[in-house]
Amino acid sequence: MKMSRWISMAAVFAVGLFTSAGAMAQQPHPWQMNFQKAATPVMEEIIWFHNWLLVIEVAIVILVLALMLYIVIKFNAKANPVPSKTTHNAPLEVIWTVVPIIILVVIAVPSMKLLFTMDKAQNPEMTLKIIGNQWFWSYEYPDHGNFTFDANLTQKEDLPDDKKSLYLLEVDNHVVLPADTSIRLLFTANDVLHNWAIPSFGVKMDTVPGRINEAWIEVPSEHMGTYYGQCSELCGVNHGYMPIAVDIVSKADFAAWVEKAKEEFARVDEPAVDVARVGARPATAGR
Amino acid sequence: MSDAAAAHDHGHDDHHGAPAGWRRWVYSTNHKDIGTLYLVAAMVSVLIGGVFSFMIRLELQSPGLQYIEDLQFYNVLVTAHGFVMVFFFVMPALIGGFGNWFIPLMIGAPDMAFPRMNNISFWLLVVGLLLLMTSALVAGGAGTGWTVYPPLSNATFHSGAAVDFAILSLHVAGASSILGAINFITTIMNMRAPGMTYHRMPLFIWAMLVTALLLLLALPVLAGALTMLLTDRNFGTTFFEASGGGDPIFWQHLFWFFGHPEVYIMIVPAFGVISHVVSTFSRKPVFGYLGMAYAMAAIGFIGFIVWAHHMFTVGFNVETRAYFVLATMVIAVPTGVKIFSWLATMWGGSIEFRTPMLYAMGFIFLFVVGGVTGITLANAGVDIAFHDTYFVIAHFHYVLSIAAAFGILSGFFYWFPKMCGKMYNEGLGKIQFWLMFIGVNILFFPQHFSGMAGMPRRIPDYPEAYAGWNFVSSIGAYISFAASLLFFYIVIQTLRSGEKAPANPWGEGATTLEWQVPSPAPFHTHDQTPDMRPQPAE
Repeated sequence: MKMSRWISMAAVFAVGLFTSAGAMAQQPHPWQMNFQKAATPVMEEIIWFHNWLLVIEVAIVILVLALMLYIVIKFNAKANPVPSKTTHNAPLEVIWTVVPIIILVVIAVPSMKLLFTMDKAQNPEMTLKIIGNQWFWSYEYPDHGNFTFDANLTQKEDLPDDKKSLYLLEVDNHVVLPADTSIRLLFTANDVLHNWAIPSFGVKMDTVPGRINEAWIEVPSEHMGTYYGQCSELCGVNHGYMPIAVDIVSKADFAAWVEKAKEEFARVDEPAVDVARVGARPATAGR
Repeated sequence: MSDAAAAHDHGHDDHHGAPAGWRRWVYSTNHKDIGTLYLVAAMVSVLIGGVFSFMIRLELQSPGLQYIEDLQFYNVLVTAHGFVMVFFFVMPALIGGFGNWFIPLMIGAPDMAFPRMNNISFWLLVVGLLLLMTSALVAGGAGTGWTVYPPLSNATFHSGAAVDFAILSLHVAGASSILGAINFITTIMNMRAPGMTYHRMPLFIWAMLVTALLLLLALPVLAGALTMLLTDRNFGTTFFEASGGGDPIFWQHLFWFFGHPEVYIMIVPAFGVISHVVSTFSRKPVFGYLGMAYAMAAIGFIGFIVWAHHMFTVGFNVETRAYFVLATMVIAVPTGVKIFSWLATMWGGSIEFRTPMLYAMGFIFLFVVGGVTGITLANAGVDIAFHDTYFVIAHFHYVLSIAAAFGILSGFFYWFPKMCGKMYNEGLGKIQFWLMFIGVNILFFPQHFSGMAGMPRRIPDYPEAYAGWNFVSSIGAYISFAASLLFFYIVIQTLRSGEKAPANPWGEGATTLEWQVPSPAPFHTHDQTPDMRPQPAE
């Protein structure tokens, strides 16, 4: 049938368009039309499911467009001077109610599978704690000596000439995490809502004062490298100026970095303020 | 615009003994005059909101900070653009404007049920708009986004009076809408002409009834939430403060319990308009009338049980997200019924492609485009990649800035001859449509790409990689802006020198009651209640 050929052509086009992502897209690149490269199994699933959705959606749009073009050609006042009087067609109405329901079921099944896959980490090997602040990120490594550091935006003038395109993505202190490791991410915030997002990881989680959210990642060693993201919840004046940079390194390199980091960065100690003495009040500054 | 408004209805009603001069407008209890006031207010607002978006696109045209040094000001622009367009453009145009004008005309009633309440509804809206403008001008303005999420909106992070003014503005605009909704519901339920049963009401009346019920149920929730935020800010309560045992996420539940029905409040009236326009210009009755009516009712109902799909990243457990995914996707079914019924209405018709019809067809196609990206976003798994990116901006501007605005423009060109008694220039109208159609697509389609690539929303500057599509977007914005100016030119030109419109300029397809009264509709209509009993079912 003519229509089904159109749909399958569109589907091929759509899949081609959105799966031919470049191999280097750890950061966005000019005129990009699709996702950044997946670094985690979860993001691969997201991209797969999105492409499946896109095929269905492009087919729907093309069906409607084709029907409208047909209507414009066949049923304009010149071509069809006497309008029909049809106002009902029960079988047709049943079909366009039932077929969308079937399409939704076809969408819902993989959607639920993806959703439940993305849920909490199974047996995470380490934890990274992520804290949103106006307007920088703080990170804590509770399983590696509980050191902490802040990551601030690198100003444009401080970037080398060949790295200017990283402005608004680059920070002074990268988060370093090991490959091939199941990592639990814990999120909270000190002041307002922020959102920690790395497109390639398929992670985007609000950091909410007074709450701890959880997500997980596991990056296979073939995807070692640097990944960038940006704060994804309006958090005030400098919302656009608190990016995220993560280095995924081998386990050995990670161990070496931890040793260095323990020296370089402060330890998170027990409450710096004696709550019993000062009286309970909202945390304001620091961590 | 007040000149245009004065010219608009001037002269044709003197012999009816209408009050003259400013009293006619300020003290008005006449549904047509109040409808006109709403439309004028919407036009003023769309200019204000349009200038805000123009400034946003100007700043985002290329990377770096071009024009806006004060980043709080950028956030204020984003916030005010949202508020103005939602509460003071789309709602007043579709609900206050078309609703007031055409509910009584279409159901054969002499006026609205509560004419004085109608007057206060309108003037509260003006007060709301003034409060909103005040909010933007004091204490650095409210840079919270239209969602006003605490803690950013609380007294610690927005310490000035700006957010308080914004809250008061929404309170007053909300009260205006609730009063309007009560008026609409009462009018539609009690003042229909004999024989016009619920199942014979024109679909625009169905749309307004569903919308009014949504307003009546959703806005009090917003009012409650706003009041809590106000007391958090000023009287030391901690509803949304974690440090006092409250929860910022609680606000998001309340806000979106209102906010999701709100998006249907903006689009359902447009559904009603489109049904009339499609039927009129196809010279066919609406296909599947009952399905169309109950699809709107179903969309309205489901709209109340899907709110948390705006909150997929707040940290819900997975079962909660699964429920909201499934509930949200169900909305696609009644929406599909509407789309296919419109196509079936056109099918077999004898279609004239006048400006209102072009806008209606543009609405149908682009609403489908915005609708399918809605399916994408409904799936919480994929939404992780899209939440708070430009993909979301593209999606909701396809259904609001494009679809709802096309609904308004379609209705405006359709009913303008009835309202002012003059015909617009058809050629200019068509040029205006194509300019707008091309402009908005160039503006919003590339934002899908920026969003997929990961560009977050509400940022004044972006990494260089996003420059290309942002530039294209800005070009589209300038084209759309030019199209808007052309629209205003058409309005003024029609009022000044348009040809006299007949009672029914659209021919045999226009079957509803408003086309049986003269153009412009006299100050008082349906003095004698029309008898609809012998009419066959619509």
